[in-house]
Amino acid sequence: MRTEYEPVIGLEIHVQLSTRTKMFCGCELSFGDEPNTHTCAVCLGLPGALPVVNERAIHFGLMIGLAFGCDIAERSEFHRKNYFYPDLPKGYQISQYDQPLCRGGEVGDVRIHRVHLEEDAAKLNHLGESGRIHGSGRSWVDFNRGGTPLVEIVTEPDIRSPEHAREWLTLLRTTLRVLGVSDVNMAEGSLRCDANVSVRPVGSTELGTKTELKNLNSFRFLERGLRAEIRRQIDLLQAGEPVVQETLHYDPRSDRLTPLRSKEEAHDYRYFPEPDLVPVLATEEMIAAARAAIPELPADRAARFERELGLSAERARLLAFRSELGDYYERAVAADGEDPVGLANWIPQLVERIGPDANPAESSVAPESLATLAAMVAAKEVSRDAAREVLTLLVREGGDPRTIVEREGLGALSGEGDGLAEIVQRAIESDPAAAAQVRSGNRKALGPLVGYVMRETKGRADGGEVTRLILERLGPS
Amino acid sequence: MTELIDLTAAQAARGVQTGEIGAAELFEAYRRRAAGEELNAFLWVADSPAAGGSPADRPLGGVPLAVKDLFCTEGVPSQAGSRILEGYRPPYTATVVAKLTAAGAPLLGKTNQDEFAMGSSNENSGYGAVLNPWDRGRVPGGSSGGSAAAVAAGLAPWAIGTDTGGSIRQPAALCGIVGLKPTYGACSRYGMIAFASSLDQAGPLTRDVTDAALLFRHMVGHDPCDSTSVEFPGQVALPVAEDLRGIRLGVPEELTGDAGGVQSGVRESFEATLNLAEGLGASVEPCRLPHAPHALSAYYLIAPAEASANLARYDGVRYGLRVDGDADLITMYSRTRARGFGPEVKRRIMLGTYALSSGYYDAYYGTAQKVRTKISEDFRVAFEQFDFIATPTSPWTAFELGSKTDDPLAMYFNDFCTVPMSLAGIPAISIPSGLSEGLPVGFHLAGPAFSESRLLDVAYALERAIGFDGRVART
Repeated sequence: MRTEYEPVIGLEIHVQLSTRTKMFCGCELSFGDEPNTHTCAVCLGLPGALPVVNERAIHFGLMIGLAFGCDIAERSEFHRKNYFYPDLPKGYQISQYDQPLCRGGEVGDVRIHRVHLEEDAAKLNHLGESGRIHGSGRSWVDFNRGGTPLVEIVTEPDIRSPEHAREWLTLLRTTLRVLGVSDVNMAEGSLRCDANVSVRPVGSTELGTKTELKNLNSFRFLERGLRAEIRRQIDLLQAGEPVVQETLHYDPRSDRLTPLRSKEEAHDYRYFPEPDLVPVLATEEMIAAARAAIPELPADRAARFERELGLSAERARLLAFRSELGDYYERAVAADGEDPVGLANWIPQLVERIGPDANPAESSVAPESLATLAAMVAAKEVSRDAAREVLTLLVREGGDPRTIVEREGLGALSGEGDGLAEIVQRAIESDPAAAAQVRSGNRKALGPLVGYVMRETKGRADGGEVTRLILERLGPS
Repeated sequence: MTELIDLTAAQAARGVQTGEIGAAELFEAYRRRAAGEELNAFLWVADSPAAGGSPADRPLGGVPLAVKDLFCTEGVPSQAGSRILEGYRPPYTATVVAKLTAAGAPLLGKTNQDEFAMGSSNENSGYGAVLNPWDRGRVPGGSSGGSAAAVAAGLAPWAIGTDTGGSIRQPAALCGIVGLKPTYGACSRYGMIAFASSLDQAGPLTRDVTDAALLFRHMVGHDPCDSTSVEFPGQVALPVAEDLRGIRLGVPEELTGDAGGVQSGVRESFEATLNLAEGLGASVEPCRLPHAPHALSAYYLIAPAEASANLARYDGVRYGLRVDGDADLITMYSRTRARGFGPEVKRRIMLGTYALSSGYYDAYYGTAQKVRTKISEDFRVAFEQFDFIATPTSPWTAFELGSKTDDPLAMYFNDFCTVPMSLAGIPAISIPSGLSEGLPVGFHLAGPAFSESRLLDVAYALERAIGFDGRVART
């Protein structure tokens, strides 16, 4: 029998904090500025320069830890992580090691292992075709990025599929964005993701040999890279070959994974406590200030949408995990809160029309307009089908839904005034066989009759109303 | 009027402040001596005092200052005695130097030192050995050997150096001057080219105790650029004590017994000074520092471990020496560091790298840190019973050039008495206690953290009683 395998995935996420200045000096953070214009003795690693911890970065770290429900270390320490590379001006990175700021906690359905603070490396630019340092004729170092505050978030291996990884990373990104601690922009590198992947036979509780995947720097690459690696590992195991523990680089162009470092080059980082810094003592005041700065988080917002507005769990997550959708929805509810569940159904309709990554607040559909449209549907002033058409027009040209309904003549037809009764009568006359079946109690035969009316009215009639009118005429007398 | 160079720095400052001496004349007198010296004490000498306010209005009165090479001084070579930083001119000035300049001590020059402060004889300088002004065939001690020799020879009125395991006190002893290693954290380390960050401290090297107190007063204070610096409690007092009544001196057996290998002349001078102290009213009793004999071993793991990281930045990428590597990064690194560092620096980088390596960390670095804690605890217990601890500064007087260069362990033994205080982070001072066969001997006193004012006071009373005459070295 063929063995079924399941993947076991843990993520390591590096997030640049949006503090004003760098982790250990007063240089301002920047992106895309003239190279080496945001540097000083400290972030260039000049002789004699000393680091000083950015208190704002600690504050952000505490906010993240508290938001994730982590245990906050009363006393945490920075270490030196030693290795030589041109993007590392001191020859070591100041990072937290065995005494991180935060441990434990969870985000959604994934447990957090730890959250710690460190400094980013500088940016290397290599001349030459490979774009990598080996074989490059000349390389430049841009120290603007060097020393940017980073938090590293390490999850437990709780993720079970590439889709799960993608959905969870979306939640994490929204949570960090809502916290206001980072731009979380994967394209600009303010959020970077590595993954630890292994596979095991379904039902097994032991972990297989893991590999580390680098360069999963978009949601799409995360999902594709994971899928490629899981396939590679399962193929190996099914061929009776072992998975080798190694670090792999995902190349999205070829959809291939190549080993990043060979074992011979494996680093011994020789961590030891950074003697230029004193331990970080998280006082009660600091923790209270961080707690007070935390707004409502996506997971809490989803729970509130379920509890207070009656949304399904799935719909609540969809809206809350993308804060721009949640914000838009709440503005619409504020405009007309009669039927929040019905209103929520219109958000995916809107997303479908403006594109999956667009912010509805930047579309030409005002949340108040969407609320009006939803209320019109609820009041049967416009049919659902016609309302979809109205929404398409709203996306295209903006404006007020009532005006559009009026102008386009899309208002719902009612039995009395708009000749709907006559169309129903014609439907019955055009299909006597179906009419006879309905009359004898077979409601399935309603379909063709209702369809006829809808075609004739171009969808403006309300399905419920049409059914009522048909039954009124054909009902068992 | 006496010759300018016969005045102590404090006397000269007072002279400038009262208008008896011209600051420009004072600077020029020392500048000429520093520029024409033959001890190789200076690596760079200023042409003129940097422009600033009127020296007469300032507490240090325009008395020029010699500064150890490893203090960064803006636009002025700051090479830490290493060829890897040859010609390196930093874009900023070390906090301590900036404070002293602002207080009225203009930069006279940069003094020679053991490369990256690693050495006890100044023979590890990338720019040649410094000669001891008492005997030019002998070493001045190290690593602040240039600063010590300059002050002893009257090439500078006063100087600053750094002490990691004895690098101010031992050369002060070997050159017959006063050297103070402050409490760790008393002075900012910002701009000091690092050797071992948890041990390095700046301090004064001066002709007498009053000069040391005056200079030190303007060095202390918390620096927002150095997280390990702290506010000094109160102002540093200028010493006034005339006797030592009520002072309890402890003499640790572990550092003064046979294990120390102390030269007989050094021992005689030490005991004579203890007798003087008793004569001044102090009590002198043996005390115990049970873990002190392990201090050297712990020190030679911790200091190289920190150094191995601190010196990683000298990679040829951004500043200093670069030896190209045939378009290969790793080769560039190794060629640059092979040529730029001297043998002692390489030895310590290797030692430190090894001590931190995976699988060895606990046995070496981890154990050394435990020993360090024990040593601090020993001092804490001792200071419940004693005000100060007394030892010889160095087991030996100045030794001949080249006599210990082939034996690193013998060289390391120079710091046998000074390293325990460094590991404990407590202040200690060396004052000249006399001569042995024509060479100066240092007397070493250590006190609890931030006891510098009292320590200087005791040293001052002893200094007056000893009546050491260093004039011969200035001829």
